[in-house]
Amino acid sequence: MKKITVIALATLTLLAGLLLGAKMIQIKGSDTMVNLIQILAEEYMGKNPAIPIAVLGGGSGTGITGLINQICDIANSSREWKPKEIDQAWDKGVTPRSFVVAVDGLSIIVNEKNAVEQLTIAQVGALYRGEVKNWKAVGGASLAVSLYGRQSNSGTYVFMQEHVLGNKNYSTDMKEMNGNAQIVEGVLQDEGAVGYVGVGYLHDEKGRIRKGLKVLKISKEPNGAGYLPTDKAAVDSGAYPIARPLYMATNGKPKGDVARLLSWIVGPEGQAIVEREGFFTIGEGKYKAANDKNFK
Amino acid sequence: MTPMTRKRRDVREAAIKAFFFTSGILAVLVLLGIFLTLLTTAVPAFREIKIAEFLGHSRWDPTSPEEAEYGLLAMIVSTLMVTAGALLLAVPIGIGVAAYLSDVAHVRTREILKPVIEILAGIPSVVVGFLGIVLFGPALAKLFHTGNGLNALNGSVLLAVMSLPTIISISEDSLNAVPRVYAEASLALGASRWQTLVRVKLPAALSGVIAAVMLGMGRAIGETMTVLMATGNARAFPHGLLDSVRTMTAGIAIELGEVPYYTTHYYALFAIGLVLFVMTFAVNLVADVVLRKYQEREQ
Repeated sequence: MKKITVIALATLTLLAGLLLGAKMIQIKGSDTMVNLIQILAEEYMGKNPAIPIAVLGGGSGTGITGLINQICDIANSSREWKPKEIDQAWDKGVTPRSFVVAVDGLSIIVNEKNAVEQLTIAQVGALYRGEVKNWKAVGGASLAVSLYGRQSNSGTYVFMQEHVLGNKNYSTDMKEMNGNAQIVEGVLQDEGAVGYVGVGYLHDEKGRIRKGLKVLKISKEPNGAGYLPTDKAAVDSGAYPIARPLYMATNGKPKGDVARLLSWIVGPEGQAIVEREGFFTIGEGKYKAANDKNFK
Repeated sequence: MTPMTRKRRDVREAAIKAFFFTSGILAVLVLLGIFLTLLTTAVPAFREIKIAEFLGHSRWDPTSPEEAEYGLLAMIVSTLMVTAGALLLAVPIGIGVAAYLSDVAHVRTREILKPVIEILAGIPSVVVGFLGIVLFGPALAKLFHTGNGLNALNGSVLLAVMSLPTIISISEDSLNAVPRVYAEASLALGASRWQTLVRVKLPAALSGVIAAVMLGMGRAIGETMTVLMATGNARAFPHGLLDSVRTMTAGIAIELGEVPYYTTHYYALFAIGLVLFVMTFAVNLVADVVLRKYQEREQ
């Protein structure tokens, strides 16, 4: 009986919370960012219990569509807004402002049994366009390539297509997974696999690269120096060729609770968590300057 | 009975009648509304896409930076393939279990097993899909040396599991509905219990069994989450059950969340829904006709 009372009370509290949810900050979008933002939100709520925050994934495209349709307060995206999306937003009276909250080294991962250690950007592109179907062609053993990627609502899917595939079509043989975690699971099991995920998905709880996973070094030119996405100096200097900013966008100038949350995330406390979770901080350079401008 | 109470009863009767009539009509109206919405939202897609291309080509890539393509054929074939695979697995097992429950099992065994099987139908599809990722997928990969288990076969196995409760439950009901005298006459003529089951009871219950299979098939065609999680969603035209496939339902689910409203892509997703609706409607219609025939014979 006591148990039932507890459950009933918990349900009531939850319902009340949902009904009073007008004040809740709704965040939606990038699957690459969802874990990071969830952790940031929890820490922030720990300090400011009066402000409930709900974080949902679904992919960058889903978050951007959500902000345009005004069903969320902040849209996470792992890519820039497309001009078409900004037009649609303006048509609906939404004026998006983007803030860079972290930097991601987009990581190309293979199974640890794969002999390949390093690829050029062009080789990764050829793999994903379906032009290279066997690992032998890029220095590995004779084994069929098994492509793992994201779905078209993913910002990472779009970023890869623009910056690695040279705006060409993905191979239709690519398995289209629901999220970063599913790609990692697939690559762990499949010897011929190659996948792309955010740098925050490479580590286990102890901060080491997950067992069974190999992160490839990426170089810009054939025979050029290759770098790992976990190499902070290489990501910061731009030597790692597929690093990218991660964005949070609001409708118009952020106000009130949303503004306080955002400035906490880009401030020292938030950035320390960003670093702890395996992503990179925004630093003092151009991203910070752009953020400062958008806060005003 | 005084005229007063009679009058009151008449009023109550009329009110109850009106209530049921409204509920019935409401269901029909809602269905009609859904169909009309689907139709009117799907049709604009064909201002830019040729119907022949939509149904006959197999490359689907609406967000392509090169050229948007809307060929549904690979997804139609994938859906049919996964469903056919599911039925190949589920029909023999389902009918076998139904026959066991109605003819072989002890009354007490049946009273425990049948509700348990019916509860199976209530397992959320996302749970079944998860089983496909962590259990069936790796097992299939080992069995067929394919490296990964994200393929049509995995989807078929999971959909078979999901459609079994429907098939078993309805088949068992129809086997039980076969008049006792049929079986008694057969046994009296010297037929064995096996012969009685296969040659007398199953043919007598056939229309019910067919209806059960059709309903199971309807369930399999329309299932989304499970196949989305377990089949890998590759857009390539499938060449076998061990290829990764994307079904129509998975295609809609993947793209509807991000598609800009009122674009060709948006309308095209509803057109997929329309194709799917027509397919499931046809299956359910056949099931309904068969079931009705069966009920007529019973009377």
